Amino acid sequence: MAFLSYLISGLGLGSVYAIIALGYSMVYGIAKMLNFAHGDVIMVGAYVSFFAMTLAGLPFVVSALAAVVICTMLGMTIERLAYKPLRQASSLAVLITAIGVSYFLQNAAQLLWGSDTKIYPTILAGAVSLFGGQLSISYLTIVTILTCILIMVVLILFINKTKTGKAMRACSEDKGAATLMGINVNQIISITFAIGSGLAAIAAVLLCATYPSVYPTLGSMPGIRAFTAAVFGGIGSIPGAFLGGLLLGVIETMAKAYISTQLSDAIVFAVLIVVLLIKPTGLLGRKISEKV
Amino acid sequence: MKFNKFVKGGLAAVMAMGMMACSNSGGSATTTTTEPTGGDAALKLGFSGPLTGDASVYGLAVQHAVEIAVEEVNAGEGVKFEVNAQDDMADPEKAVSAYNALMDWGMQVSLLTVTSGAGQAVAPQYQKDNMFGITPSASSTAVIYADAENSANPYGSVFQMCFTDPNQGTASAAYLKKHAELGTKVAVIYRSDDNYSSGIYNTFMAEAEKEGLEVVSTAAFVNADTDYSVQVKQAADAGAEIVFLPIYYQPASQILVEANKQGYKPVFFGCDGMDGILSLDNFDKSLAEGLYMLTPFSADATDEKTQNFVKKYQEKFGEVPNQFAADAYDCVYAVKQAADAAGVTADMSTADITAAMVAQFTSMTFDGITGTSMKWSKTGEVSKDPKAVVIQNGAYVGVED
Repeated sequence: MAFLSYLISGLGLGSVYAIIALGYSMVYGIAKMLNFAHGDVIMVGAYVSFFAMTLAGLPFVVSALAAVVICTMLGMTIERLAYKPLRQASSLAVLITAIGVSYFLQNAAQLLWGSDTKIYPTILAGAVSLFGGQLSISYLTIVTILTCILIMVVLILFINKTKTGKAMRACSEDKGAATLMGINVNQIISITFAIGSGLAAIAAVLLCATYPSVYPTLGSMPGIRAFTAAVFGGIGSIPGAFLGGLLLGVIETMAKAYISTQLSDAIVFAVLIVVLLIKPTGLLGRKISEKV
Repeated sequence: MKFNKFVKGGLAAVMAMGMMACSNSGGSATTTTTEPTGGDAALKLGFSGPLTGDASVYGLAVQHAVEIAVEEVNAGEGVKFEVNAQDDMADPEKAVSAYNALMDWGMQVSLLTVTSGAGQAVAPQYQKDNMFGITPSASSTAVIYADAENSANPYGSVFQMCFTDPNQGTASAAYLKKHAELGTKVAVIYRSDDNYSSGIYNTFMAEAEKEGLEVVSTAAFVNADTDYSVQVKQAADAGAEIVFLPIYYQPASQILVEANKQGYKPVFFGCDGMDGILSLDNFDKSLAEGLYMLTPFSADATDEKTQNFVKKYQEKFGEVPNQFAADAYDCVYAVKQAADAAGVTADMSTADITAAMVAQFTSMTFDGITGTSMKWSKTGEVSKDPKAVVIQNGAYVGVED
């Protein structure tokens, strides 16, 4: 029973990683860049929903929507101001810029809101009790896992069934050819950033509802883990990010529970290295760039 | 082109902000001296602490408490003090400059520094210059030992008013053994990549084994971990009645939330790093209800000395003094007691003063507001009974022994 309970909390944690990893993966698939500021967009989302609830007194769902709207705008603004002018520049320059944006957001948050930790309000307390109370699953974990599955299904439908989705796939395969076919590549990249940042806001809300502390460097560690998850599953692939996120969460929790609480990170990254040695493109990554 | 400019402007802003975040508030060290009123030449007492910047809450607490204590001492019989407080912004380099400034001023006895990093940087100077110092709050072993790793090569003339970090572990284990009514099965959750936490953990485990305290589960976490569910569940599954948390209040608050979520209600027990948990923004104080912590000082203690100090501090500075202030207050009185007993006067040479002070400190017993019957070892470590504080109705309340 303890095993099941660890498995479920691992899936809950993994779902949050998966949602963040989706943002990394989509942006990489289409813009071919690693957006290291993604984790800090999560942090901004967390602060926005925190203040929406505590200062403005808005209900949880409204505050989550506010976070999504503001993060979407923030993501598009970052793309427009920091990354678009560097579209023709070397990928290294873009990478460094992304790190710069990440530091900018962290320090701005510190200046604006201070470096002290704020405690996120309790959302959805309570749990389902199974097997005569031996196993309890909190509602929050259930909501997190369901949200993650819903997001993945909607994204896959969006990419495969809509015209914009088709354009995205085209961009990820060959930007030059996509431009020749009359696709506005800049607009597609903008939309990708908007979706990725919106997802970051949802991840922020779920992350903080489960682990309720809000501080300026909140996004960096989940960001790095989610990036690992994206690489693990095959960066650029949506089901890959989903699978990678879930596996990472479960491996991390199991390593903590059954091997060592101290070495869990080392174990997670050792698994990553082994996977990459055997399958260099990640679990679901393909050699032919049929990514998105 | 327009965008290029914008990007450059943005970069400059990033750099400017980064610099601001690093240096907090620039500016030169400030000096405040308190002259004694009339009488004999006063002993020159100096110290440095973060009077501005991030950690200024600690430095100012010490400065305020020293001000109150020196006023009282100078109004009474015996030795008089002249105080010089330097700002070191908790920075080791600035602390060394502050020390040099104090030496130029003619410092004769010292309260060293407020923070550990700064104390570590200046402590070797005390040995070199044969200067006496007692720090109120720099708790690292590196402040009193040249070889902190093995607790060897003590500087000899540097003393501490606060517990060293490892001593808190020993004291906690001893306290839990003595107070079996809280529970007998103990779980420990500590942070393995932090000196403060792992230092306490190691000595706690050693003492627990010696005392026969039953530790049923130990779990660690590292900085920036977000998920504590496994650690808490392991403690709960092991049937622990007490969860010992030798960590700072921020991760501790997360553990309290997680335990509440799992419906696990043990007695939580922390050290001085737990001080501050009630002032966390938006924290549900009811989660900390019944939490114990070992701290040398509780402001609501009923003895006359503490009440007098707390009252004066509140009147003068409008807030309840914390343990840094209390330690500093005790430091001034301990120095006074030693100086009076040894007949130290301001016209003696520094070497004679240091020799007399060290001799006194290693032999005397001192009663203060952070403990009674305090003694110091030759290495500079204090031994005193820790006091336990419990959180009741959202406030710290002292526990009677």
